[in-house]
Amino acid sequence: MDLKELYRDVILDHNRRPRNFGTLVPSDAHAEGHNPLCGDQLTVWLRMKDGAIEDIRFEGKGCAISTASASLMTEAVKGKDKAAVLALYGSIHALLTQQNAVPDASLGKLAALSGVREFPARVKCASLCWHTLGAALECSAALECSAALECSTATVTTE
Amino acid sequence: MSTIAPLAAPPPAFDAARVRRDFPILEQRVNGRPLVYLDSAASGQRPLPVLRAVEHYETRCHANVHRGVHALSQAATEAFEGARERVRRFINAASAREIVFVRGTTEAINLVAQSFGRARLASGDEILITALEHHANIVPWQMLCEQTGAALRVAPIDRRGELDLERFLELLSPRTRLVAVAHVSNALGTVLPVKQIADAAHARGAVVLIDGAQAIPHSRIDVRDLGCDFYAFSGHKLYAPTGIGVLYGREELLAAMPPWQGGGDMIRTVSFEKSTYNDLPWKFEAGTPNISGAVGLAAAMDYVEDLGLAAIAGHEQRLLELATAGLARIAGIRIIGTAARKASVLSFTMEGCHPHDLGTILDAEGVAIRTGHHCAMPVMTFFDIPATARASFGCYNTEEDVEALLAALAKAAEVFG
Ligand SMILES: Cc1ncc(COP(=O)(O)O)c(C=O)c1O
Repeated sequence: MDLKELYRDVILDHNRRPRNFGTLVPSDAHAEGHNPLCGDQLTVWLRMKDGAIEDIRFEGKGCAISTASASLMTEAVKGKDKAAVLALYGSIHALLTQQNAVPDASLGKLAALSGVREFPARVKCASLCWHTLGAALECSAALECSAALECSTATVTTE
Repeated sequence: MSTIAPLAAPPPAFDAARVRRDFPILEQRVNGRPLVYLDSAASGQRPLPVLRAVEHYETRCHANVHRGVHALSQAATEAFEGARERVRRFINAASAREIVFVRGTTEAINLVAQSFGRARLASGDEILITALEHHANIVPWQMLCEQTGAALRVAPIDRRGELDLERFLELLSPRTRLVAVAHVSNALGTVLPVKQIADAAHARGAVVLIDGAQAIPHSRIDVRDLGCDFYAFSGHKLYAPTGIGVLYGREELLAAMPPWQGGGDMIRTVSFEKSTYNDLPWKFEAGTPNISGAVGLAAAMDYVEDLGLAAIAGHEQRLLELATAGLARIAGIRIIGTAARKASVLSFTMEGCHPHDLGTILDAEGVAIRTGHHCAMPVMTFFDIPATARASFGCYNTEEDVEALLAALAKAAEVFG
């Protein structure tokens, strides 16, 4: 177990200074994620344009892995449509859970999360924001309205 | 006065290094480091005498209890009922009929809620708990309130994690039918003045349940001295196996309570028209019990009494003081729970480092602590934190363990500094 692999500088930096942090007004959709085991809480706001994410913000309380993962995610998904987000999530999921997954180039800075797979108890911390984003996207697709709506709560249950 | 050894107990000769050798699990290395186990409040480890007692039972004595004339069944019954008598002595109950074997504290509290509470409580009645309870001493009462229309009242704590006794006494009213409080808080370490609480509750005619899950390994419990009506605890916090625990109940109350679960062992006669119930305590023990667990629990009681409960408590208090002083020297650490009287639990947060990250960093150093809400979410809400890191001490912990904790925390401060 190598702590330096887990807490890389990119992760520590995004934990200390999370990007796209705060609420988004107006927004098209938002969703709340909650990990009851460790108390991590996260809300993701979306503004969509032509089926793609125009802007995204998140807010919440969580550990370094969950905060940094959300921060990195918001940077990575801007401008992407749902299919592209899901594809990216597929790559992230493989990176987090498969021992020998080689980070593919499309991951960019998200590849910094590869150290998490050595720490199985922490995988859920890194994936909470992605589940929450998925719920917000579902919500935006289902409801064609411009007001921020109370949407689904993505509850990630761990262990 | 509660029965926990006072803070200033002179350290009796207590050889923790020798005690440690009784616990084979502690010999291993974790993540390349010697294991430093500081999570006994979640579950204690088992000493060799407990493992051997269980092994002896499983290899020489096992059969079902109470139902056979053959030799093994009799041996198993003797072992099981012998364990019950051992528990009776351990907590100084008046009779073995007052000792009900259950799975653990959680099941004991649910039993009281459903058997005692459901038959006796109605709309207009109140149940009084405190703000520092474990979920196991909250949720069963909420369920009971839903079923009966009774109301749950919660006595507040202060910023140190002490019960606000004045408010507690104000909340005690003639409507209070049941008072259920922790003896020791698992999230904060606070020792509650349970004897005083029991006296006050009895003066109002309320029945008193004490959640002793965290008190049982750190103090001599005398249920008659405490004057409680029910006392619940789990074997696994007392260096015994999981899946065995005890509900102590005053005989008069147990006798009047309806059975909780139905099945074998808890009946005297069964016909399709009507069944009659067994005597105490078997009325509350439907189905084949955890026999080897009970045997292990009895052995654990022998073990801690041999070490001396006061000596264990004194040793743990010294470790707690040492660790508390050490934590105070690390910048950014905030101790959660600073009551005047604490038992063996040290909850804290570190500025800029989430407890979950702390837990991972410490684990990499071989130091096992618990992080999270400790099944006490209302306590976390009260202190406005999502979680804490918690180190807790048992009879096998040493000063070196405390030093390893402090060194690992310094490392965490470095990573997140
Ligand atoms: C104060 C307290 N009450 C109740 C429980 C529940 O015990 P068990 O899970 O063994 O039933 C615990 C265990 O964590 C506890 O610390």
